[in-house]
Amino acid sequence: MKISKEEVEYVAHLARLDFNEKEKDTFTSQLNEILMYMDILGKIDTAGVEPMSHAISLTNALREDVRGESLGTERALSNAPDGAGECFRVPRVIE
Amino acid sequence: MEPNELTIHELQAMLRDGTTKAVDIAGSVFKRIDAVEGAVHSYITLLKDAAFQAAEASDRNIREGTIAALTGIPVAIKDNMCTVGVPTTCGSRILENFTSPYDATVVKKMRDAGAVIIGKTNMDEFAMGSSTETSFFGITRNPWDLERVPGGSSGGSAAAVAADMCIAALGSDTGGSIRQPASHCGVVGLKPTYGRVSRYGLVAFASSLDQIGPLTKDVEDCAIMLNVIAGYDPKESTSVPAPVPDYRSFAGRDIAGWKVGIPKEYFVAGIDPDVRAAIEGVMKIIEDLGAECREISLPHTDYCVAIYYIIAPSEASSNLARYDGVRYGYRAKGDGELLDMYKQSRSAGFGAEVKRRIMIGTYALSAGYYDAYYKKASQVRMLLRRDFDSAFESCDVILTPTSPVPAFRIGEKTDDPLQMYLSDIFTLSTNLAGVPGIVVPCGFTSKRLPVGAQFMAGHFEEGKLIQVASACERHLAATKRRPAL
Repeated sequence: MKISKEEVEYVAHLARLDFNEKEKDTFTSQLNEILMYMDILGKIDTAGVEPMSHAISLTNALREDVRGESLGTERALSNAPDGAGECFRVPRVIE
Repeated sequence: MEPNELTIHELQAMLRDGTTKAVDIAGSVFKRIDAVEGAVHSYITLLKDAAFQAAEASDRNIREGTIAALTGIPVAIKDNMCTVGVPTTCGSRILENFTSPYDATVVKKMRDAGAVIIGKTNMDEFAMGSSTETSFFGITRNPWDLERVPGGSSGGSAAAVAADMCIAALGSDTGGSIRQPASHCGVVGLKPTYGRVSRYGLVAFASSLDQIGPLTKDVEDCAIMLNVIAGYDPKESTSVPAPVPDYRSFAGRDIAGWKVGIPKEYFVAGIDPDVRAAIEGVMKIIEDLGAECREISLPHTDYCVAIYYIIAPSEASSNLARYDGVRYGYRAKGDGELLDMYKQSRSAGFGAEVKRRIMIGTYALSAGYYDAYYKKASQVRMLLRRDFDSAFESCDVILTPTSPVPAFRIGEKTDDPLQMYLSDIFTLSTNLAGVPGIVVPCGFTSKRLPVGAQFMAGHFEEGKLIQVASACERHLAATKRRPAL
């Protein structure tokens, strides 16, 4: 077993997802199968190999610090499920 | 032939000499959509009124003598590219009611080139899939056999081009999502070099792998579309400020003296015999054209699926964290606290495949597992890239099958995610290495399903891909057949 049902519950919490019992069982079995397949990477010696984080070599992309066009408050809020004036309203965060 | 059945370059010639009008082209495309869209379901959103307005504007421009690369040409856009004022759903419930407040750079470039945008095409949810079966808005069917998938995730775009419901389309490709549906639907598809086309306004799936590219009816059209969308974008920091050649000028050049690499790892057990025979037919054409096919090795090929299905979900789990029901997208109703709202919105808004990948990615990046999964996969990814670097020292391009099998049956792989992932085996490597790949139709199986040949080249060598694909295309009858819908 690569991942237990309890770990699936923990990872789901990290990912901000909720599952019912049936989904937890399905995901536990599917994730186990997928993670076991990943074991083939263990066959390769990668000592001293630099991890590749991007498909092409990139240096920092810098530009002059000048103000450009931006979306604007109205358009930025146009898709808000619960917009309020210039704010996004959310449920209570603290007691 | 009706205008909707023609290519960009054929229609452009007719628009120039006045034998057709943009409104008539748009009319024939929508007539075709009325006839076959019910059976195929390529589109999530159709933009008929806006399309006819754009077509009328094209006709005015043509009368005034201004004609750009795509003036009057009806194109379809995959529904993960922001298109101002209309829905951009990504095939997901979570973005069902999202209206983009701006245009993606590629969409703006299409408009600036005169294209008539006719609709947004169906796709696997958040581009996660190989069959267009995970869309919240229903499946797309393969125009060659309505009981089969069109491939994915750009299945709507590929099917729309194949069924003549647009002239050309844009797709996105994170692990084969342009090339595999192009192969399954018998059209041309190109994934450019990472950094060649701006991703600004493309809804992110896996940011180190995503790239936008064209799906077209022939190779010359592919070059025309690439000319329009390629280039540096100050809004996208991974787009590369390299010069953009005229890709169209590569179509029609010969390939005598070229060396075409045939990687032995791509011709293993499990390939459908009809697919193998079609690719061997391409090798014969290449030799007849005066080029040499030589066996090469890409030794880390067997690890592509494992590398990809760690890296892509890891990046996705991070990218999709933004869907929290606060700024845009679906919010679950309830009287709970903020954390409950996040969980309920995401759980109701995302489909099963997206959740599965978020789970894999979150696990792979979580404390204690990062080194074993994400770091290890990134190291093997480097070794894979080195395979390509050394291969391109001894050959101009590489030829492979696109997919081990032709289009599979609807529902055949939906219950077995790993089997679905394994079907991507031949397309993942180009995204991981960042190199470009093109698919050109090269034949049919005994069941009359299209097969596409994939060519890959070194970074920023899209010109070579256009050159070799157009050389082969002239000797292949595959592009001339049409699905009998």
